[in-house]
Amino acid sequence: MPTIGVKRDLLFDALGKKYTDDEFQELCFAFGLELDEVTTEKQMLTKEQGDVAAAADASEEIIYRIDIPANRYDLLCLEGLVTALRVFQGKVKPPKFEFVEPAQRQVLKINPSTAQIRPFAVAAVLRNVTFTQDSYNSFIDLQDKLHQNICRKRTLVAIGTHDLDTIKGPFSYEALPPEQIKFVPLNQTQELNGIQLMDFYATHAQLKQYLPIIRDSPVYPVIYDANRVVLSLPPIINGDHSKISLKTKNVFIECTATDLTKAKVVLDTIVCLFSEHCAKKFTVEPCDVVQTDGTIISYPELAVRTERVSVKRANAYIGINEPANKLADMLTRMYLETEVDAKDGDSLNVKIPPTRHDVIHACDVYEDIAIAFGYNNIKKSLPAFMQIAKQFPLNKLTEQLREQVAQSGFTEALTFTLCSRDDIALKLNKKIEALPAVHIGNPKTLEFQVVRTTLLPGLLKTLVANRKMPLPMKLFEISDVVLADEGAEVGARNERRLCAVNCNKSAGFEVVHGLLDRVMQVLSVPWKTGGADKGYYLQATEDPSYFPGRCANVMYNDAVIGRIGVLHPSVLQAFELTTPCSVVEFTIEPFV
Amino acid sequence: MSSSETSELTERILKYLEGVEQVDSLRLAEELGIEHQLIVGAVKSIQAHGERLLHVEPVTRKSLELTEEGQEVAQNGSHEANVFASVPEEGIKRTDLLASGGASVCLDRSVEPPLVRRKVSAIRDPVLDHLLQLSELSASDVVEFKRLVQEPTIESLLLSKGPEFGTALAKLATDLTMDMLTSGEWEELPFKPYNFDALGAVPARGHLHPLLKMRSEFRQIFLEMGFAEMATNNYVEPSFWNFDSLFQPQQHPARDAHDTFYVKQSTGSRGYGYNWQLIEAEKNLLRTHTTAVSARTLYQLATRPNGFKPAKFFTIDKVFRNEALDATHLAEFHQVEGVIANVDFTLGDLIGTLQELFRKLGIEELQFKPTYSPYTEPSMEIYCYHSGLAEWLEVGNSGIFRPELVLPMGLPPGVNVLAWGLSLERPTMIKYGINNISDLVGPRVDLKMVEDGPICRLDHN
Repeated sequence: MPTIGVKRDLLFDALGKKYTDDEFQELCFAFGLELDEVTTEKQMLTKEQGDVAAAADASEEIIYRIDIPANRYDLLCLEGLVTALRVFQGKVKPPKFEFVEPAQRQVLKINPSTAQIRPFAVAAVLRNVTFTQDSYNSFIDLQDKLHQNICRKRTLVAIGTHDLDTIKGPFSYEALPPEQIKFVPLNQTQELNGIQLMDFYATHAQLKQYLPIIRDSPVYPVIYDANRVVLSLPPIINGDHSKISLKTKNVFIECTATDLTKAKVVLDTIVCLFSEHCAKKFTVEPCDVVQTDGTIISYPELAVRTERVSVKRANAYIGINEPANKLADMLTRMYLETEVDAKDGDSLNVKIPPTRHDVIHACDVYEDIAIAFGYNNIKKSLPAFMQIAKQFPLNKLTEQLREQVAQSGFTEALTFTLCSRDDIALKLNKKIEALPAVHIGNPKTLEFQVVRTTLLPGLLKTLVANRKMPLPMKLFEISDVVLADEGAEVGARNERRLCAVNCNKSAGFEVVHGLLDRVMQVLSVPWKTGGADKGYYLQATEDPSYFPGRCANVMYNDAVIGRIGVLHPSVLQAFELTTPCSVVEFTIEPFV
Repeated sequence: MSSSETSELTERILKYLEGVEQVDSLRLAEELGIEHQLIVGAVKSIQAHGERLLHVEPVTRKSLELTEEGQEVAQNGSHEANVFASVPEEGIKRTDLLASGGASVCLDRSVEPPLVRRKVSAIRDPVLDHLLQLSELSASDVVEFKRLVQEPTIESLLLSKGPEFGTALAKLATDLTMDMLTSGEWEELPFKPYNFDALGAVPARGHLHPLLKMRSEFRQIFLEMGFAEMATNNYVEPSFWNFDSLFQPQQHPARDAHDTFYVKQSTGSRGYGYNWQLIEAEKNLLRTHTTAVSARTLYQLATRPNGFKPAKFFTIDKVFRNEALDATHLAEFHQVEGVIANVDFTLGDLIGTLQELFRKLGIEELQFKPTYSPYTEPSMEIYCYHSGLAEWLEVGNSGIFRPELVLPMGLPPGVNVLAWGLSLERPTMIKYGINNISDLVGPRVDLKMVEDGPICRLDHN
């Protein structure tokens, strides 16, 4: 969820009202935002960098940090937030965005070479913009927020904004070998080619993360003007030549993309939010984008879609009963101008503006009605059908056995499902290749390399971490391990195991054996003696994790269901234990 | 002190008392050459044999005694007198004298350098006199000499013979035994009284883990509300059920490798010409939510042989996130999930159901906040008021599954699916007052906390 920081006083000026922090929080809550933090630039610097010296000069103006839902790109800056809140409060109508046709349109031509790396581009112009320091900052911040969110860190879309009066169309979007692209990057003085640029920014705090998007490509995307001045090298950086400043009047906006839909949304969002600063508010100058096949598409689209919504269905979906005109008012407050259909009176014609690309289905409209109505004003009801509850049998057995094992004097542990390869292999004197382990493809740390194939390492680690506790320590856990299994749909399956360990001055095999006997007793499984054909018994075996001659398979109806024994001293040592341990671990799934 | 030593001492005390009218325990301690503390213990032991053996009267009094500094003064004279004494007849250089401190002496400037000389040939030392006769000091003197004299409260016992006095003590029985029952001896024997202020013996026992006690409580509540438990014993899911079936776009940030644990393909090549999108959907991962199982369950519900039937499901199981760890977040945690599918369900039904569920968890005040989730619409964050913490806490997410999710499952049109998810760790940490999740889950769990923790009764504060 993105968070934006806006100056409180600017926000209240724009909203035309001063709020207390609590009042503003309530407004946010009702609208689906969250006032995350009340802070100042100074506090943020001190907190983030601990740099008191740098913070000393910083402003003490109050800043509201507000959490914005991930699909509401139109709220990612002060301008958009204020408009949406004022519309929500019924103070203004949703703005209408209009095209202003210039004498001659700006043209952006897409060269077929871009297909190799970043095939799409869209563009627009904002005329007679008046920037203040605050609106300029907001413009830069909005691009940054869009880059971080919908643009997926510039992989899907990259935005470039330019002072149109410093460049001359038509513009050309191409892809060239990096050494052929030469320009002075934004806020630099030295000319670099594409290869030098990669080196230059390799350690740059913000930009280095974007370099891999194109670094290894044989060609880099680039936008030139008619005089071969470089506007930008997307998605890395703009040229210094066309940079916008407080004095900029006319802004050329280009978005290059690997996802055309998202590029259109980004362009619509920027022009909708910042056309507010144009001399003629909410107007945009379209551009012609020449496609590789020669066709011309006009951007931005600024499409207003009309969705027909049934009043009856909307009411039923939410569980309210409001007349059509009330619903229309509510939707209009949610930025969706709505009229009651004159013909049938049961339908609403809902206009989806270019700021609300998140509305893709009638259910999105229902949600806006519910928000405008107030979630907390909806009448609570209960579903009226009968169902008999049912436990998942394996979980029921688990619950019953947990009680029984605890009653037998063992204390329950809750250990991690993920662990290191060494935990299940090396430390237990096993070879990782021989284990049916599921490996994590992208582990961040050693702790998350594999899914455990045994509950034992977790219990041993719990023992070590609790060395201060008096002996004997008797621990157990009933939980799932995961085993690679070719027969399963995903190549792996869970297995529910019971593992118990007795840790004392002597190993005490009979303690865990006694627990096994007790569990089998409560499961009504007899000790198999003589010629009996059913039951459980122990079958001597050797296992490198266990002391020689002190290990057995736990057999149930002649199948191995687990292992019991005294741990090998080298295993104890690997887990840094100094006391002997005896262990029993077996699957409980045959007993469901 | 061993019990035989105690009985020897009690005997000596009784013998001593036999010959005197009464005695103060402090005096007795001196007489017998035994620590006062032990005398008091032995008297208690005698009393335990019978209240009427001795007459015991607690006495408190104050008595003056010298402080450490006072003892020094009593031995060497007051500081002032000492200074006087250190000035010889012929005088002494001031600097030399200052090394030992000074008063009652004067500075003779007639010689160069000036000398300190005695003004009188001898002085009296009244401080020393007072200290040597402590008993004659008045209360105001005590204040004046407070560095030298202190007046602690002394507690002792005034002992005299009781109506059933005797010099020998009968041995007291400590516990009722089988032998006593067979012999009938219990009827005659004197029993040692119990100390009801002492704690009992700790029972031998095992303990259940607090988080799993919380899991049992939640399970119970869902069962009471008629929900059926889903089988969620499959941590590894294909991306399809975890993401695609839940209408999560393939470019959604949550699908990034840095938020999800992907599983290494263990079986051979998968390169048989699928396009990229299908490969993406087939990637196996550790489920990031149990909603993956809900999606499967809905699919099963839709494809039931006898057609769709309204249903309620729940699960409480582990999920995995490849995210940054901190005091409240681990890479694996338990998700509590509820799902209800019915024809013409409303958002009001969801709110009403959650209200009843939380009432069973002991929470009456709920608020719902609009939020965004890719697979529910409307989506609501659930906030509850925690009276102990006196604040609103976000406790979970809820919503109606998007039609784009429900219809492809094969559920008939008009069926709405309500769902919500909560964390199990958060309410457990609040309930048991745990600040760091590592103290609750994983090997660093505090077993003492596990042992001492109360049972989990969410509806009981």
